[in-house]
Amino acid sequence: MPESSHISIKRADSAGGLRQENPPVLSVLDIELTERCNNNCVHCAICQSGTSAEAQRRELSAGEIKDLLSQSASLGALSVRFTGGEPLLRDDFEEIYMSARKLGLRVLLFTNARLITPHIARLFSRIPLLGKIEVTVYGMHEKSYEACSREKGSYAEFRRGIELLLQYNIPFVVKGLMLPSTANEIAEFEAWAGTIPWMEEKPAIATILYLRDRRDSHERNDLIKKLRPSPETHLSILQRRACYRKETVGFCGRYGEPPGTLLFSCGAGRRPCVDPYGYLQLCLSLRHPDTVYSLKQGSLQDAIKVFIPKMREMRATNRDYIERCAVCFLKNLCDQCPAKSWTEHGTLDTPVEYFCNITHAIAEDIGLLQGSEKGWQIKNWKDRLAKAASKLL
Amino acid sequence: METDINLDSCFKPSNDVVVREVMGKILIVPLTSGIGDLESDIFTLNESARSIWDRLVKGETVRAVIESLSAEYDNESGEIDRDVTGLLKELVQRRILEKITNV
Repeated sequence: MPESSHISIKRADSAGGLRQENPPVLSVLDIELTERCNNNCVHCAICQSGTSAEAQRRELSAGEIKDLLSQSASLGALSVRFTGGEPLLRDDFEEIYMSARKLGLRVLLFTNARLITPHIARLFSRIPLLGKIEVTVYGMHEKSYEACSREKGSYAEFRRGIELLLQYNIPFVVKGLMLPSTANEIAEFEAWAGTIPWMEEKPAIATILYLRDRRDSHERNDLIKKLRPSPETHLSILQRRACYRKETVGFCGRYGEPPGTLLFSCGAGRRPCVDPYGYLQLCLSLRHPDTVYSLKQGSLQDAIKVFIPKMREMRATNRDYIERCAVCFLKNLCDQCPAKSWTEHGTLDTPVEYFCNITHAIAEDIGLLQGSEKGWQIKNWKDRLAKAASKLL
Repeated sequence: METDINLDSCFKPSNDVVVREVMGKILIVPLTSGIGDLESDIFTLNESARSIWDRLVKGETVRAVIESLSAEYDNESGEIDRDVTGLLKELVQRRILEKITNV
């Protein structure tokens, strides 16, 4: 017998055992099934009205999405993530879901759980997703939840969805967020999350609020800015995780090098996203019209093999960026990126003070900076990292 | 689940799984529940198991698979018989393969 007489089927890892030896062209594709949502969250960067006929009319059909899924599987993808908006708002969700699963794709689902019905729970029980659903929790009580969702009755529906997931033994995890309405519930949320059988660690709590991805509403952006927690509050949430300092210093040690003028020092393009209207984006957030590829005009393979590599060669030209972000050893710790620059400033290469302030607060907290020092001023950043690591690691 | 292996049986992938070949590897992806031990289980085959799998899904009987492998590799101790039937039992128990006919 070849190799040895040891015969086995074995459990594949999350990459199907493929990543190290011979990675496929595409491993995961994110698909936003819709931007419509049955919530109207105060902080949301994406959602359109759940009843928007205009948004619905422009969305890819089930047939077009199934074709994309088929292309993804042909390129070697093991997983597809359905997100939104609220993906379960689509009447044809079940058809799309079954198509993905019959192609042998794992399905990752982001949802608010309000539309988890007995029918959907039975479907997920019979045809498992092969991944954990991620449910965002907007508050632990009706008052706080609906202060965020701005939809009467949404809390009761969310709770019913959670109960159904538990009843049908559908694996899921929960995520929270830091808003004025939830600020006093963080401990309660973490304690409740700890009772969910599939939670392996403390739940993620989003503290950074992003402006509207499509730059479509000054009014909503003004509201989001008002809701943003201070850098100190952001830090206090991070500090709830005992290993946060150690992990953050370790991360900076691995990725601390200043990025230079290449715009995409992040992983943009490695996990591409398709928006509800058939445009491939380098990531979920980047919707600048010059950085998207129409999949109605070309194939997923062309987008991945030709378009994305070309995009990743883009360089910054903004002097402010070149003098700050491009030479800042904290850049990879910072949420500034072309997508966020676009939402905040309408360009791809403008520093974003909100993220810069948060990053500098963290850097000071973990001992990388002192006082009014700025990351881009530090020439001996390698020594700083080594010193912080020797203290914490 | 009946797992006695009749040497004259043929097997095929069941409708409870999706079998894919990605970058030269066979991936067995559960479609229905209860195939894997964990909710996220996807299976792959090592090289030896792959050589048995390829023959089985081409429609060879278990006996033909054993004979063909025995012609290729040493089987004095009957190890190949045990390997083939052992693998088959696991695949059938997990509802990955199902019997299609008795010849």
